[in-house]
Formats: sequence, C-alpha cells, structure tokens
Amino acid sequence: MGAPVINTKDKIATRTAYGETLVELGAEFPDLVVLDADLSCSTMTNGFAKAYPERFFNLGIAEQNLVDTACGFALAGKVPFASSFAMFATGKAWEMVRNSVGHMNLNVKIAATHAGLTLGEDGATHQILEDIAITRVIPCMTVLVPADAPETKAMIRAAAEHVGPVYVRLGRPAVPMLPREGEVDFRIGRGEWLRRGTDVTIVACGVMVYQALLAADELAADGISAAVLNMGSVKPIDREALLEAARTTGALVTAEEHNVIGGLGGAVCEAIADECPVPVVRVGTQDTYGESGTADALLQKYGLLGSDLARAARTALSKKH
Amino acid sequence: MERTLPPAAASRAELVERARAVRRHIITATRDGKSGHPGTSLSCTDILVALYFAHLRHDPRRPDWPERDRFVLSKGHGAPALYGVLAEAGYLDPAELSTLRKVNSRLQGHVDMHKVPGIEASTGSLGHGLAIAHGMALSLRLDHNPGRVYALLGDGECQEGEVWEAAMAAAHYKTGNLTAIIDRNGLQIDGPTEEVMALGDVGDKFRAFGWRVLTVDGHDFDQILGALKEAASNPLVAPPTCIVAKTVKGKGVSFMENVVKWHGTAPSPEEAEVALKELS
Repeated sequence: MGAPVINTKDKIATRTAYGETLVELGAEFPDLVVLDADLSCSTMTNGFAKAYPERFFNLGIAEQNLVDTACGFALAGKVPFASSFAMFATGKAWEMVRNSVGHMNLNVKIAATHAGLTLGEDGATHQILEDIAITRVIPCMTVLVPADAPETKAMIRAAAEHVGPVYVRLGRPAVPMLPREGEVDFRIGRGEWLRRGTDVTIVACGVMVYQALLAADELAADGISAAVLNMGSVKPIDREALLEAARTTGALVTAEEHNVIGGLGGAVCEAIADECPVPVVRVGTQDTYGESGTADALLQKYGLLGSDLARAARTALSKKH
Repeated sequence: MERTLPPAAASRAELVERARAVRRHIITATRDGKSGHPGTSLSCTDILVALYFAHLRHDPRRPDWPERDRFVLSKGHGAPALYGVLAEAGYLDPAELSTLRKVNSRLQGHVDMHKVPGIEASTGSLGHGLAIAHGMALSLRLDHNPGRVYALLGDGECQEGEVWEAAMAAAHYKTGNLTAIIDRNGLQIDGPTEEVMALGDVGDKFRAFGWRVLTVDGHDFDQILGALKEAASNPLVAPPTCIVAKTVKGKGVSFMENVVKWHGTAPSPEEAEVALKELS
C-alpha cells in the first residue's frame, strides 16, 4: 500500500489538542467540569477555564484532593476531567485513583500531561515512566495514549462519552500528525493499522508511533515489510488485532516512552501469550529513571528513535521460527 | 431555595431509643461477624442517629432522590454504626446485619456504595471523604440543588494530609453547603491521639483554615441538632462549617468506653451479652 506521507510541518502537542477539545466539548456536554491543580497553563485546561469559568475548579497544588474532588462531582452526576502532570495525577494520587475512581467505578476522566521522557528538561522527578503500568492494573480503568492531535481529539471525545473511569496519557512536545487515508476512527478497545506488513509488526503508542513509522520506512529500504499498529487503547487492548499481527507477521516489537516493565509491552505480551506466543522485543526505558535534556536528545539517549526500533525489529525477525 | 421533606421531627425520647437500638445492632453485628470496629461505631452513633432521624433530608424509598442531602462516612470503619442506622431507617433489613464482614455479604467491612442503598460513597482508606463530599457540594451548588453535604471524619483521620487539602479548598471556594463533623473521641489504634500524633485543638486548626467551627457534646442530641441546624442555615457561599463533636469511644458499653483495644476488636458472645444487658 502506498503509505501517505508524514506531515512534519504542522506539529501540535497532544496537550494542546486536549485543551482545544475540552472547549469544544464544553458546549456539547453541559455536565462537563474541569479540575486542575495549578498547572492549567501547562495542561492547557486554561482555555476551558476562560470559556466556562463557572465549570472550572483550580484546586491548587494538591493532587490527592484534585482526584477525590473530581469523584465527588461524578457522584453528583457531573463528567469531571481532572488534569495535572501525569507524575502527580497518577503517582501522587494513585491511591485516590484506585480506591475512589476505580473501586467506585466513577465517571472520572484523568487527563494528565507531560508524561514520559519527552517532558524533557525538568528531568526524572517529573518524567513518569510508570503511569501506564500503575493505571492499567486498576480494575474498571480505561487507559488511552494518543499519538497525535487528531487522535487526541477523538480520544477525549470518546472518554467524555464513555461512562466510567478513563486515564488519558498526554505529552508535552509538539508532535507530527500521523499519515492517514481519512479521518481518525478511534474507538476504545481498537488499535489502528497505520501500515500493513508481512515480516514483523511494530506495536506502538504515543510519541513512539511516529518513530515506528520511521522504522518501517528504514526497514522497507532493506526489503523488510514491517506493519505498524497504533495501540492507543492500551486498556482495553485490541487483542484481536494483536493476534492477527502475531499470526500474520510472526514477530512483534513494542514501542513506548515508558518502562518496559508493565506498560504497553507487558500488555501486548499478556494479550498474545496464551493463544499465539511469538517473539516480542520490547522497546522502552529499561527499568531506569529519566534525566534532563531536550525531548529529542532523550529519545536518542534512551534508544527510542526509529533506528532503534528498526534494530529491534531485526532482532525480533532473527528469533522467528 | 426550598428545603422540602425534613424528617418528621423525632422526639428526644425517640432519638435515645433509636440510638440504643443502633448500639445493640453494632454489638450483635460485630459479635456475629467476629470482626469489626465497635468502639469507633459506638462513638459516632448519636451523631448518625441525629443526622438520619432528625436532620438529613432523605427518603429510604428513594435513595437516589436528586435533591436529598448527602452523608459521607469518611471514617469508613464506622460501618457497623451506619449499617445499624440504615437498618433502623428502612434501607436495610435488620436481619441482614449478622452477615457483617462475611463472604458474599453486602455489608463489607468498610462501606460500599454499590452494595447497600443509601450509602453515598465507598470509603475505608482514611482521608478521602472530605474531598469527595466537597466535590459533591460544589456540584450541587453549581446545579442550584438544595441538597447539603455532610462528612463525618475521625479525629485520628485528621492526621491524613488530604483532609487539609480539602479543608483549604472548601474554605477557598466558600462552599457553604458543606459540613464536616469530627468525631473527637481522642483515641486511635495505637493509643490516645495526643500521644500518637498530637492533633491539639482540631477546631482551631479548621478555624485557621477558614472554617466556621462549632463544638458540641457528641452524645447530646440537643447540642448536635442545634449545630446541624446552624450548619444547614449557612449561606451557599460562605465559610463551610466544622462541627467538632466531643465523644467517648465505645460510648454506652461500660467496658468499652475509652479503651483503645475496642477500636477494632469484636466482642465475644459472652462480652456481647454483658454489653447488650447494659444497652437493654
């Protein structure tokens, strides 16, 4: 299939797309409220705060209170979106996410930004590399990781329409739009085939989807046909698509800016293990913390560039029966 | 904004009788369940009875009535007291109380909103309830809903940082339809609160955070109801109300009163018999 060209000119951060979508949804969903913890200018909830000041609540630097207050809104019938940096919304407030949002199965959306290494210069204390693991392990929780602005818009809308807890992992840097034949057709629980292939499948989420496409191009130049499956719905995961990938290509690479333990790579292995176990090479941070640097420099240092994924794909191929 | 359906004003004698019945439920349920928190439940019994039989606007036939007042048991281990009150109020069959903490029972060790009608929020892990109640109160105020929100916290629970995050936020938003009640019995699992982690004057702390503070004897219905009435007349945009209720842990059962071990120990059949005799 002739792959559409990647547009690298019009880059938009997923957090920016989130903020814009909230303003759009504000008109459509009169029960939507937004809560933030002193980071509205960074999480981009400030647009909603300006458009709907009576439905915006800044709770100051108090993330546990942020999450439980959102729960109170949900219990009274509202659709609360609670935002902060992912480190604090899922890390500092994990017990609230587990015992209140999850255990009560509340209609709370935690849309948290600055996840992963690409947060950049603020360094390790702010670069959460464990959030996918600690949210997806919570029963009732849906975990979504958008790769670009259009997918973010679709995911935020899906989160608002879905009744139940959702965690959306958003990023800081501006990222390119992924090449698509048409509009994004996102549904919770469904992956997106961005490229079909026969030798190996790269399953990626978030900023790594773009790197996966670069890897597929590099592999194609060497005559290796790599499929790219965007798995933005990490939980529920698209098991059917993963089994198809395992059966048709026989080897997988997973790619995420997250610890290789417990994240997308783990979820993919869990999904295929019983029915179609094939070699899976997991690319991510190798059970380590991040550090300060630009997003690009960090992706390079931690082995998360397209060329690293291409190398991982060759390793996966070499392990095929 | 009209506050319809106040409960039929229960006489003081009726309240005393209800409280005695709830205390008996607490003893028999923890005895039968061989587990639970009798001391903490007995300490807040009179507060819960005052709320459910003489103050809260609620309707056991319509637990989801949108304009009801909400009560959040932030100290979720006080479950036997709330179950006892809900049984007396008609939300639960009193016969079910003996299933407390047993497998397949609706009566979880800490209250679960999805299992028992009339429970507004699942709690147990301490520190959550005030923030949850505050979110409810902000939401009701946004909707011009006349419902008011009450949260009952343990005094030991006030050692949790999240309590003060919520206290700061409710004062900031002047959430006048929110009331916190502190069950100030002075004991926690490891001993007296002032020895484990001194709270000092907990009312002063709430006052310093910007709350209106009322102090009552938590076993005197006139005082409790007077404070609740004052809380309910608070304007919607005003400093929230904190009622510090001075209580006795284990209240009503002589050998449990002010004894730390009864925080979370169930009575044996013999001990329960003595307790029930005192409560007859």
